[in-house]
Amino acid sequence: MSNSIHSFASSEGKRPVAAISNRPLLELRNLSTNYISARGRRVVRAVDDVTLTINAGETLGIVGESGSGKSTLALTILRVLPPAAHIVGGQMMFEGEDLVQKSDAEMRRVRGKRIAMILQDPMASLNPLFTVGDQVAEPIRVHEGASRATAWRRAIGLLKAVRIASPETRVRQHPHEMSGGMRQRIVGAIAMSCEPRLLIADEPTTSLDLTIQAQYLNLLRELQREHGLALIFITHNLGIVAKMCDQLAVMYAGRVVESGPVSRIFNAPAHPYTEALLNSIPRMGDNRERLTAIEGQPPNLASLPPGCAFAPRCPVAFDRCRAEAPPAMDLGAGRTARCWLAVPAAAEAGLQDGAV
Amino acid sequence: MSTTTETSLLAAQLPSRFSFVRSRDFPLIPLLILGIIAFVAVFADLLAPHDPQVGSLAARFHPPFWLAGGSTDYLLGTDQLGRDVLSRLIFGARVSMVVGFTAVIFAGVVGTTLGIISGYLGGWVDQVIMRVVDAWLALPALSFAIFLAAIVGPSEMNIVIILGLVFWTRYARIVRGEVLSLKEREFVRLAIVAGCSKWTIMRRHILPNVVNSAIVLASLMLGVVIIAEASLSFLGVGVPPPKPAWGVMLSDGKQGLMVGYWWLTVFPGCCIMLMVLSSNLLGDWLRVKLDPQLRQL
Repeated sequence: MSNSIHSFASSEGKRPVAAISNRPLLELRNLSTNYISARGRRVVRAVDDVTLTINAGETLGIVGESGSGKSTLALTILRVLPPAAHIVGGQMMFEGEDLVQKSDAEMRRVRGKRIAMILQDPMASLNPLFTVGDQVAEPIRVHEGASRATAWRRAIGLLKAVRIASPETRVRQHPHEMSGGMRQRIVGAIAMSCEPRLLIADEPTTSLDLTIQAQYLNLLRELQREHGLALIFITHNLGIVAKMCDQLAVMYAGRVVESGPVSRIFNAPAHPYTEALLNSIPRMGDNRERLTAIEGQPPNLASLPPGCAFAPRCPVAFDRCRAEAPPAMDLGAGRTARCWLAVPAAAEAGLQDGAV
Repeated sequence: MSTTTETSLLAAQLPSRFSFVRSRDFPLIPLLILGIIAFVAVFADLLAPHDPQVGSLAARFHPPFWLAGGSTDYLLGTDQLGRDVLSRLIFGARVSMVVGFTAVIFAGVVGTTLGIISGYLGGWVDQVIMRVVDAWLALPALSFAIFLAAIVGPSEMNIVIILGLVFWTRYARIVRGEVLSLKEREFVRLAIVAGCSKWTIMRRHILPNVVNSAIVLASLMLGVVIIAEASLSFLGVGVPPPKPAWGVMLSDGKQGLMVGYWWLTVFPGCCIMLMVLSSNLLGDWLRVKLDPQLRQL
């Protein structure tokens, strides 16, 4: 009896938010964002019918080629889209509120406070004219109306939290006095400054060398664990996904073609595109002469084929794929895939799981 | 043989010498000239040997002291009303400085603000502001200024406003261009995703980054504005006559020029030229000094 109570308490202690509310932190439902040209003639479906969930404390990786809609998805969540892009449908339930319905003023209170973002090029993310302290303190002052002195004290604490040595002196320095890795950690400190619930990192390590990259990823993971925040990690590097993420969503031509727990997808991809992506990773001890590439070109998002967008490049495509786009099929165990072949694959996987 | 190599060496050295002068050399002389003019303007009351607005008709058309008939009492001679030219030049410096600087600052504030708003907000706001700028630039500056002066009447204050209204468009154009590139910069995006409002971003992130360009432009505009002020005064729609503005002195002295009273026009002309030249040289130096930094950052 006492044992069961104890185990219940400990399980609640691990993931308090998830246990109390019992609902995902962010739930995207049939979200679509289109780029619409000035006269409405050309419509580019950058994000097309995306359904994803992310729980508190979890890391969701979003992978895909350039132009697959990953970044547009991130900008959609924060509602900071360029003027030509419009959210044309769907819902974004964040802590029980639909972000799509919020006014601009309400969204400003979400940005940087409850959802923070790290941009593609953190090296250029700092304003060259201001001290580091001013920039780390800025969201605190904007969102909490803190005085300059209070915000600065907290900025020093944040610099310490992102492992910057002697933060008291660094806080008074300008970005050009810092190394690339430090600047990036400062961008991380800015993102963490208002204790967000969700952090979106859009390819934050592409401009860094590998050693610094590894350090930075470790730092992000530690921050995530300490603050229990959810992380959306946008990348095209599957190695980083394997290291960082719990959940994975693979995007192709604006659609999520496959989603689910990372380990399951890596072990048995349900979509031919995912499989092709995994096969294209070079491995140690690999004696192939050439790396495996995916034949063909990514499709033009303004004129998608009527069926599955991947069909023209797919090695196992058949007639139905070219005629009819597959819906997102629930494969069980939190997995979905948009492929006509995925249903038998899931059944097979289920059988194999049972056998093994 | 040796001479040709020497000349080619010299030719090779020349451009680098020029760039050295242009990029590194501190504009000591222009700064000195502007400093002296500013000093004279501030302490005009103490420095001027005579009242600039009151003369004695008995002492009309005295030549400068080194010419026959000149006296050391009137170092640079007297005008048609017997007023001391030197004293009038000294008080004229005050008018030029005050009108020049305030008009440049006024134009700068208006133009920079509208340029930032236009560039950052874009859309119809940008369209409206930039079409106004286009229309404004199509008007000939001086005729436009005369037109405005005719409406509001001549006074120092009005001159400042008129010159500000005539010249703000240049700031707006340049600043807007800078803002267009700035707003695509990553740190502006970061401010957006950090939840800053448009006005906060314009004030805290855009403005400090365009101030350099605005200052460079201001230093170059100072000369233009001083010439414009002198032209308006010369044409009789500038600083009202009893006040000793350099342009007014030129205007008053122009009849005397034909009968040999050259000092009435040459001295104020030299003052205008020195001040404009200095501010242009200073502006050139600032441009070279500040611009590459701006691009590097």
